[in-house]
Amino acid sequence: MKLTTKLLAATAIVSATSASAVDLEVTHWWTSGGEAAAVSKFAEALNTRTEHNWIDGAIAGSGGTARPIIISRILGGDPMAATQLNHGRQAEELIEAGLMTDLTEVAEAEGWADIVNPPSLLDACTFEGRIYCVPVNIHSAQWIWISHGAFEKAGVPVPTNWDEFVAGAPALQEAGIVPLAMGQQGWQQSIAFGALAVGLAGVDTWLAVNRDKNAEVAAGPEYARVFAAAADARELARDSNVQDWNLATNMVITDTAGGQIMGDWAQGEFQVAGEVAGEDYSCLPGLGFNEVLDTGGDAFYFPAIDDPEVRAAQLELASLLISPEVQVSFNLAKGSLPVRGDIDMSSANDCMQKGLNILASGGVLPSGDMNLSPDTSTQIEELMAEFWSSDMSAEDAQARYAAIIADAD
Amino acid sequence: MADMTANAPVLEGPSGPKPRRRFSRRNIFLYGTLIVVSMYYLLPLYVMVVTSLKGMPEIRLGNIFSPPMEITYEPWVKAWAEACTGINCDGLSRGFMNSVQILVPSVVLSIAIASVNGYALANWRFKGSEVFFTILIIGAFIPYQTMLYPIVIMLREIGLMGSIWGLVLVHTVFGMPILTLLFRNYFTSIPEELFKAARVDGAGFWGIYLRIMVPMSLPIFVVAMILQVTGIWNDFLFGVIYTKPETYPMTVQLNNIVNSVQGIKEYNVNMAATLLTGLVPLIIYFVSGKLFVRGIAAGAVKG
Amino acid sequence: MDASRRPNQLFRNLNAKLASIPMIVTALVVFVGGTTWTVVHSFTNSRLLPKLNFVGLDQYERLWSSSRWMISIENLAIYGACSMILSLLIGFTLAALLDRKIRFEGAFRTIFLYPFALSFVVTGLAWQWILNPDFGIQGVVRDWGWEGFVFDPLNNPDIVIFGILIAGIWQGSGFIMVIMLAGLRGIDEDIWKATRVEGIPAWKTYIQVIIPMMRPVFVTALVLIASGIIKLYDLVVAQTNGGPGLSSEVPAKYVIEYMFRAQNLAQGFAASTMMLVSVIIILVPWAYLEFGGKKRG
Repeated sequence: MKLTTKLLAATAIVSATSASAVDLEVTHWWTSGGEAAAVSKFAEALNTRTEHNWIDGAIAGSGGTARPIIISRILGGDPMAATQLNHGRQAEELIEAGLMTDLTEVAEAEGWADIVNPPSLLDACTFEGRIYCVPVNIHSAQWIWISHGAFEKAGVPVPTNWDEFVAGAPALQEAGIVPLAMGQQGWQQSIAFGALAVGLAGVDTWLAVNRDKNAEVAAGPEYARVFAAAADARELARDSNVQDWNLATNMVITDTAGGQIMGDWAQGEFQVAGEVAGEDYSCLPGLGFNEVLDTGGDAFYFPAIDDPEVRAAQLELASLLISPEVQVSFNLAKGSLPVRGDIDMSSANDCMQKGLNILASGGVLPSGDMNLSPDTSTQIEELMAEFWSSDMSAEDAQARYAAIIADAD
Repeated sequence: MADMTANAPVLEGPSGPKPRRRFSRRNIFLYGTLIVVSMYYLLPLYVMVVTSLKGMPEIRLGNIFSPPMEITYEPWVKAWAEACTGINCDGLSRGFMNSVQILVPSVVLSIAIASVNGYALANWRFKGSEVFFTILIIGAFIPYQTMLYPIVIMLREIGLMGSIWGLVLVHTVFGMPILTLLFRNYFTSIPEELFKAARVDGAGFWGIYLRIMVPMSLPIFVVAMILQVTGIWNDFLFGVIYTKPETYPMTVQLNNIVNSVQGIKEYNVNMAATLLTGLVPLIIYFVSGKLFVRGIAAGAVKG
Repeated sequence: MDASRRPNQLFRNLNAKLASIPMIVTALVVFVGGTTWTVVHSFTNSRLLPKLNFVGLDQYERLWSSSRWMISIENLAIYGACSMILSLLIGFTLAALLDRKIRFEGAFRTIFLYPFALSFVVTGLAWQWILNPDFGIQGVVRDWGWEGFVFDPLNNPDIVIFGILIAGIWQGSGFIMVIMLAGLRGIDEDIWKATRVEGIPAWKTYIQVIIPMMRPVFVTALVLIASGIIKLYDLVVAQTNGGPGLSSEVPAKYVIEYMFRAQNLAQGFAASTMMLVSVIIILVPWAYLEFGGKKRG
């Protein structure tokens, strides 16, 4: 009952009125199988452990579809009680405009600063010293997922890093297997590029470009190697003509493709298909070179609502989302890593354990979302979409990439 | 009072040259062309229906054109009542009622306003009326995207953001250009003498509108109704931006269902959902297709 | 009923003015006000929220140096030109065929018109499914034994815009046909008689006599097609979402994505201002001739 005590304390700070049942509308874009299962853990927790009701406002598509709806409703003066947004720089202006509820009281009462690991997650929620969002999970993008079946068919050993993967590709092609599955959408290609950058150019170089916006490094020899590798990867993905990321994952599951570079959410697809990590597929964080992961992820924001009862309920929900029990059940369903290091995740599978170990050993990078504005990310995605679907040379692509980084804010 | 069909006396039948023999080479060419073209138009409908009646295993086997070996209605049931978005698993049924609630007031209000506008423009011009009309017509070409943001702010200022009435207002505004054009063109084609006679009898603005113009303009009201029903029913952009989850129209739910890939893409459920969403406008077209052609002939073309 | 022929007392027209208030408000507040707001903000550096922090022509410079914007414009130009020509051609041909006293005219008309009842989202999904290289036309023809058959417009960056065109024409050409048919029905039977007496072949009659007579009908049809082209968005989103790569991007999509996804409002506003400018350049002369002059509609 420690949690309840904290919760009551938190609630009491904000409002002296006794909290009565409030309907909380929560918008999010988690609609795939594993995601929906994960959301229902939140909903269950709210419905059973408090007197409030979870009104589900799922918006299908992706963040790109959902964000305009969420933002126009907040701006239009008809906000939802809580909403998913990637933490990082996306909500800065909404906070500045005073449209978001300040969660600092709850965060301090519960000591979020001590339990959230890595601390950068909470930093991403902090604006001018105040806390405005609750991180709920950690997603990392630097993974390659490899089909054991495909490599067995081609008669080559399962690779343990990107170089071996490239070396084995001709054998795969001979066996009629697409070496690299790639959904033809800019964001997926951008993820693949990012993973190659972390893996091949190393962490310091990556930080120099993404955090410090050093255009000289982006135009330099380390990144030239990354672009050359991306051009190779483009050749390997020549025959992959799917669009959606999960259809590309499905190519790996059905052994029609050798591998896919994709974030850890791909794991959910392997689970649904009944594949076993380490037997049917393997996962290599950092493409098998640098075992580091970025720590992007999802966070919930609570738009400011002028009603003390709703506000109290919002704070209750905020503290519920980060509570240990909810963190465990939610993240197991979602296949993501929890935001607190003090809970027991022993039931997680091989790949998740790898992620947890990297996290525990501190091999973390801040995610792209926290470093680059959505404007810059969109430009990079555009460049990648063009690069992967044409014969643009690696040198040209690098020159344009460096120009985007030089203009980044 | 003149017969209302007097406005479209030429609609009685085709006016092209008369075919001579039944099986002439020309006739074979004529019907052959029409049938081949019909196949292009029917193909998607056929594929949608066939796919929606197959089970997933059969779909994965390949050929999308082959008729189902085993007919199943499961996808239809699922699309209507069970498909999930997030944790709501009640299919399209919820969106259907929302769509009806959005549709009825939007259609009535937009047609009422546009017909009065068209009437004023046709019979009661005043200084500047054509300028406003020209702006309105140019407005028909402005990409809606340009307006999305200012409208969010306008709706916020009048306190209608997120409510069904806000959406009704948006539909009324964006339906106005084309509808006003239709009504204006139609009303100008009504014989001037009728209007003059009514004026002599002392009828005023509203009297003439209600007692002469409306009863004489049934065909154009039908056209306007068909255009608005399909346009508003099929709207996605405004529905998704200006409402909230409880009031999402059917198209938004369709998008939610189609894009909520849970495990594998269930093409059959997607197609059933697609057909269900298209059913209302389709029925309207099949039932009133002839009236529509008539109305177009009477109104739109005379511009 | 020219205004000058009516008594021009203020109280007589008061009702008309009152009744026109919704139109005037829409024209001035929503259309003029809304676009002015958008144009003004296109000169700022607004990101997620609109702000009046002016930066001159920066957004436009960036817009015109963006390769995605150039691709979008090129696609819209190809789509627009093809869709105008094909819609008119197909619409007129079908109408002419239907106008030749054929049997089952109603059935054919319904078949050509029904796609117009379906939304672009539905249209896009249906054609995406038919053009799917594995399950759709290409797959079926290959199953018949023609292994080398290639028909994958949605997966080939060079021709993807034509894949969208196929669906767009399917959806919209029936409506153009109805308008053309209505126009043909307005042609006097005597003209046909006269040309038959003189022994002019039917196709020549269409080109030399009928089409010139149908000028207003063609204008109406063109206006309707053009207003649809510039708004091309839903269809692309449903069918290809701009892919593969950027090869089927269109301007309306650029606007939406920059406004909301990239959270660079001003860039989206600049793009929509450019769309608006091109619309005005094309439309104002036409609108002036059609409505602004002394000529009555």
